[in-house]
Order: sequence, then structure tokens, then C-alpha cells
Amino acid sequence: MHPAPSIIAFTVLSGLGFGLLGFLGLGKPDVSGFTAFVFFFIGFGLAISGLISSTFHLGNPQRALKAFSQWRTSWLSREGWLSVATLIVMGIYAIGIIFFHTRFAILGILGALLCLATVFATSMIYTQIKTVPRWNHWSTPVLFLLYSITGGALLSGQVWIAEPLFLLLGAAQLVFWMFGDNLFADSGSNMGTATGLGSLGKVRLFEGPHSGGNYLTREMVHVVGRKHAVKLRVISVFCLALLPWAIFTFFNFGHAWALLAVILHLIGAFVSRWLFFAQAEHTVGLYYGAR
Amino acid sequence: MTQLPTSTEKKLGLVIDLDTCVGCHACVVSCKGWNTENYGAPLSDQNAYGADPTGTFLNRVHSFEVQPERGAAQTIHFPKSCLHCEDAPCVTVCPTGASYKRVEDGIVLVNETDCIGCGLCAWACPYGAREMDQKEGVMKKCTLCVDRIYNENLPEEDRQPACVRTCPAGARHFGDLGDETSDVSKLVAERGGIDLMPEQGTKPVNKYLPPRPKDEAAIDVLAPFLEPVAEEATGFLGWLDRTLEKL
Repeated sequence: MHPAPSIIAFTVLSGLGFGLLGFLGLGKPDVSGFTAFVFFFIGFGLAISGLISSTFHLGNPQRALKAFSQWRTSWLSREGWLSVATLIVMGIYAIGIIFFHTRFAILGILGALLCLATVFATSMIYTQIKTVPRWNHWSTPVLFLLYSITGGALLSGQVWIAEPLFLLLGAAQLVFWMFGDNLFADSGSNMGTATGLGSLGKVRLFEGPHSGGNYLTREMVHVVGRKHAVKLRVISVFCLALLPWAIFTFFNFGHAWALLAVILHLIGAFVSRWLFFAQAEHTVGLYYGAR
Repeated sequence: MTQLPTSTEKKLGLVIDLDTCVGCHACVVSCKGWNTENYGAPLSDQNAYGADPTGTFLNRVHSFEVQPERGAAQTIHFPKSCLHCEDAPCVTVCPTGASYKRVEDGIVLVNETDCIGCGLCAWACPYGAREMDQKEGVMKKCTLCVDRIYNENLPEEDRQPACVRTCPAGARHFGDLGDETSDVSKLVAERGGIDLMPEQGTKPVNKYLPPRPKDEAAIDVLAPFLEPVAEEATGFLGWLDRTLEKL
């Protein structure tokens, strides 16, 4: 699949933002006044900029409000509703903390649950796509939630929980990468079933429908950059998990070190999300003799 | 509404005969011709006369080679367009309700004034039947020429999809696949019509007729008499052969 920058930014930034808002909803850290304002500003800023960047992927963003109508069947629509509900609940909660030094605990817990639900809905947009076997697996929501909670723990300064989460996230990401590499083959779809000619013999593409590219090949048969996948996986896991973990374990905790950990974690998350798209193989590739 | 109907009154669709298709791409051209100036936004091209032309098509013809375990390989031309699936995954993922499956005839359509161009339906389709128009930013797909098949302004013989009407080989057939007595249903039963990627669970309405088995080369009764007579070269050629062998 084409790793569109708008969607990578959407999933990474909104995941981080909702992760941070979730921790703030639980009162971790228990701040108020201007400090709380800074925390909530970062949380809302990440979540909202992620949501806005998702609209850059649309062909007709001026009609984006229509996307709220089909929540009965569409995970994209559900994600829209949940993100708006989360922002409203957390907004009221934030106003209480920042301006009135009052923490509405129940509202905060509700907001934290909505944060998780929003990230889950985001992950289901991809998980539901049966045509991409690598995504169509329970590990996708698990990973999206792990990314969000780990990033949230990091940004909210909850080092005691961030440290084990870094190791868990790094390990889970590695395991699911290796696992995911076999999912397309296991799905049972191949050029034989795609053309229905598999019972006659071995099928290969003799001639494509046209000599150039088209929307389908650009959007869903993206193979550029896959050859560096292994190196990128290593870079990602180091930046995402191992280096931030080492910073908190071996160096004194301070704002400069924490900022470095956040930047490394962000780089790792972006690389990993790039791979999430670039390595996703769509069944339509079978009609083009590619994966 | 993106909830799929539990059943449709008709299942209009295409039956494509892979035995007959000659790969001339006439259906591709007639499809583009009709649909660029009728239902919905035109099918735009980008850089049409440049070095890297690209454009929106609702129907494309791929060519495959099938190599059986023994015997010669076979070339099969393979037209592909929307299969108007009963369990259309493209419809349920649509966030705006722009994609829908019609209860009256089962045709899957896009209401372009509601489409935000998110592309999720194209991701959900296993077959690559939907293409985002790069100029309009809306999703385009085969309409089964819904503006031809019910169009009383057209002569009756033209009230079928443009691709079917134009096919010079008679490789494309249009009809109600929900009606067991229809010509297309009989054709599918007779020829063992197949679904593409049944493992995806989409229940496509369109069917493909597999190529008929090739004839085995007939045994020629005179063939034994045409065996080469002289196994060993004699005379000058024999001497040459032996001499060259020694070198």
C-alpha cells in the first residue's frame, strides 16, 4: 500500500495525542493551572493535527462532515464520532482542571476510555481490510493501542510505566512483523484464485492491461523501498523502544533527556508506520503479477 | 446507506467467456467512451499525450499465461471490471453512504455528490474494480451502464452495457444471474462458471467461464511412415561426420 504521509501523520500523531490525553484523564500527572494547560495543549495539539492531516488524504475534503453518517457499518465513520466525543469530554475535563483547579474524576476516566476506543477504531479502519492480510489480524489493534499507551506514558512523564512498555512494544512489534510476513501466503489468495485459472496450471502475467501505471498500482501495489525493510525495522525498534528505554534506565531523568527520548520515539514510530503501509500487500497486486 | 440489502430482486451482472475473449480491448475503449460522457464525472486522463500517461478506467483487460503440467502454455485474455458482489466489502466501509448496492437489481453504485474521496472502498475491493478519478477526487466504478440498460431512448438492442454491446467476439454476456432460467444463468451452469477469489467471501455476481480444454494433438496414422529413414550418414557426409568427430 502507498505510504501516504498524510495517513502516517494521522495515525502516529493522533495515537500519541489520545495516549497523552488518556493519561491526563486518569490524573497522571496530577497537574493543574498553567502546567495542566501545557500538557493538554500538547495532547489536543497532537490529536487534532493528526485528525486534520487525515483530511489531506481526501479527494473532496469539503464534504468531510458526511463521513459521520455511516457509523452503523463503517469504522472510519465510527472513528470520526469517537474522536469528536473524546475531544469534547476531555475538553470539558481540561477546562475544569486548568481554570477551576477541579478534577472531575469520572469525566476523566470516561475520557480515557474514549481515548482508547478512538485509537481502537483507528486501528479497525485497517484491520477490517480483508484484502490486506497483514492488516486483517488481531495484532493490528493490539499494536496501535500499545503505541498509543506507550507514547502517552512517555509524554505524560510516567516513567515507571513507560520503561516496561518500551520493552513490551519493541518485542511485540518485532514478533508481529515476523508473524505478519506469512499472513499473505496463509490467506489462500494467489494468482490462481484471483484469475480462477489456477486449476489449469501455473498462472503468470503475460501482459499487463497497459504499459504505464494507474491508480491501483500507485495506491495498492507499492513496492518501492521494500528492499530496505529489514534495516528500517532495526532502526525503528532501536529508536522506538530500545534507545528511549536505555535513556530512562541509565541516565538521570531530566527534561533534555526526556525530549531526546520523545524525538527518538517519534522517529521510530514514523518509520514503523511507514513500514506498516509500505509492506502491506494488497490482493489486487496479483492481477499485476506483483505483491 | 452502506448497510447491504439482505437480498436483491435481481442480480444483474456480466458473464465473461475466457475461452472466447481475444484480448482486443474494444470493451475497454467503449466503456471509457460511454462512461466518460454519461453517468457522473468524466473519466479523466492525466498527461495523456506525455511520457507517462495515466487515466481512470472502469474496465481493463489483463493477459495471463497458464502453463499446464504438460503441453504448451496457453494465453488467456482476462477483462476485469466490478463484479457487483452480493457481500460487497466496498459498500460497508464507506463512511459517507456514497457507496450503495441497489435493492432492485443488485448494481453497486457510487453517489458522487456524497463521495469524499477517502479511497477506503478501493482498498476494500480485492479485485481492483474501483479507481479514484485524479481530477474529480471521487471514486469511479462500473455502473453496469445503468444509464443504458433502462434507457428507453435507446433502441432495444442497445439497452445493455457498452462493453457487452461492443464485444466483437461475443465473449461478454449480460443478464439476471439471480434468475435460474435466464440465458446467462444457463450459460454459467453449462460451462461451469467460476467466482474470482471466492476465499475473500465477497460472493461476486459476475461469473467467468473458464477456457475449454485444448485438443490433444491428434495421432496421425501416417506419422510412422514419415520417420527419418537414414539413421547413419553414409558416403561423403559419413566420411565428413567421422573426420570431424576425430578432430
